[in-house]
Amino acid sequence: MSPVLFELLLRSIWETVMMTGASGLISLVFGLPLGLALVATDRGGIAESLWVNRALAALINGFRSVPFIILMVALIPVTRLIVGTSIGTWAAIVPLSIAATPYYARIAEVSLREVDHGLIEAARAMGGNRWTIIREVLVPEALPGIVAGFTVTLVTLVGASAMAGAIGAGGLGDLAIRYGYQRFETSVMVAVVIVLIILVCGIQWIGDRLVARLDRRA
Amino acid sequence: MNQHVTAEVADPGGSRSSDLEDVVRLTDLKRRFGATPALDGVSLTVKKGEILGIIGRSGAGKSTLIRCLNGLERPDSGEVYIEGREIGRLGERELQPLRRRIGMIFQHFNLLSAKTVEDNVALPLKIEGRPQPERLARAAELLDLVGLSEKAKAYPASLSGGQKQRVGIARALAARPALLLSDEATSALDPETTRSILALLKNINRRLGLTILLITHEMEVIRSIADRIAVIDAGRIVEEGPVWSVFADPRSDITRSLLGGIRPQLPADIASRLVPGAGAEVILRIDVAGEAAHGPLLSDLAAAVPGPFRLVHGGIDHVQQQPVGTLFLAVAGNDASHLSQVIAFLKAREARVEVLGHVASPV
Repeated sequence: MSPVLFELLLRSIWETVMMTGASGLISLVFGLPLGLALVATDRGGIAESLWVNRALAALINGFRSVPFIILMVALIPVTRLIVGTSIGTWAAIVPLSIAATPYYARIAEVSLREVDHGLIEAARAMGGNRWTIIREVLVPEALPGIVAGFTVTLVTLVGASAMAGAIGAGGLGDLAIRYGYQRFETSVMVAVVIVLIILVCGIQWIGDRLVARLDRRA
Repeated sequence: MNQHVTAEVADPGGSRSSDLEDVVRLTDLKRRFGATPALDGVSLTVKKGEILGIIGRSGAGKSTLIRCLNGLERPDSGEVYIEGREIGRLGERELQPLRRRIGMIFQHFNLLSAKTVEDNVALPLKIEGRPQPERLARAAELLDLVGLSEKAKAYPASLSGGQKQRVGIARALAARPALLLSDEATSALDPETTRSILALLKNINRRLGLTILLITHEMEVIRSIADRIAVIDAGRIVEEGPVWSVFADPRSDITRSLLGGIRPQLPADIASRLVPGAGAEVILRIDVAGEAAHGPLLSDLAAAVPGPFRLVHGGIDHVQQQPVGTLFLAVAGNDASHLSQVIAFLKAREARVEVLGHVASPV
């Protein structure tokens, strides 16, 4: 591989890490409260409100049913509004975050739902309010699942960010298509695949280690 | 001697002068789920410092009842007074400070797996907004009380069932409650652990004067620690009174059936041979309590009424330091006057006598 291509590879790695990290962080910040809202407003939840629950569920399902490549194009006006441009790494972070947030909200919802109802009842019997229940019971008890789910979301984002190459976002996927596929640079293709494998394994390894440290259930 | 009061005739209000003595007072509590009533007019009081045991089969309404006391469940009608204050119409926000006056322990312990033992115990104080040093000092004090000081930094997953319930008890006591609710607290524990947990509860009741209301389906639990028993069936209190007196003289079938496991029963092989007509021997069931059970009843009987009788089965039990006995006697069945003399003698000694039947040949 030529030094020019190698430098290109390094830049692409950085772009992929940027896109994945930033949109992952945004999906965590918005997806976790959304997951909490789904659990809390559901029947028997700590803030039961079925119409809010249905509205949130419909919104999430709506975003989740649009394939990412289409969502990306459909969101171009929104992206322009937020970032000022629809091209480049920063521009890709907008559709990636919007796609990952409902995805992560559903994953967080599953973990939060698994928290034993008896624990919520115990907190209520102690005189705890909703905020206490969220802070002392729901989130800490579901934390291993919340972290494991975030790991899954990050890995999914690594894949999705490759598609963002279609709007000129750069990154490893873009590099693999333009050089590895269109210019028959097999070495670039191989390098990209190896880097992606290392990246995904690294994310998964860190996530698994963190979950093991957090899980006190056994 | 029998102080049974049923829910139907219980005084629903007012005339009691010592309202402050009642930590809990329920009047005509009703709650239905769909078509089935879970509570169908329950009236009860729990006095300061006493242990009231509520027993019933599963589905009798016990859980609904206990959950009405801290507002986890709302009754459809009727009033719940906690320390003289009606809580039925309080909102969730107003209930929260009140719940801190009421500790609760659970069948499945409900400890937070992500918190250490001491943080679990300190949680009610954290909810109250107490500073960290005070919380930890109180947690240490309570863990000492329940004998688990060395587990303060452990996580609940590493504890045995009995240890978990001890942590649950420490946690329930953290905010210095006026009342402790126990929701089948020993039902998931083995008999030996159950005994140690019950002994701990009794000890806390004595040392701290803590009022305890417990629900259970096990008569043994009531027998070990309760002062008073209330039997609930199909959402109604069918029998209520001091434990020893209900044990000595159960009035309802459901109470008798619940007592079946721990009170002497006529052995099945004899019961199967009973016939209503004449036979070689008559089988008598004799229930005695208090003074009658204390005295030399059988030797007095032998001296007063000549003629043979045999003790077939039974024994004297001690409930709340009161002797409560059930004896099964076989008396010769061919002499009617002898039999009536035996019965008359026993009745004069305040025993309850029931002729169960005859057996054709001696058992």
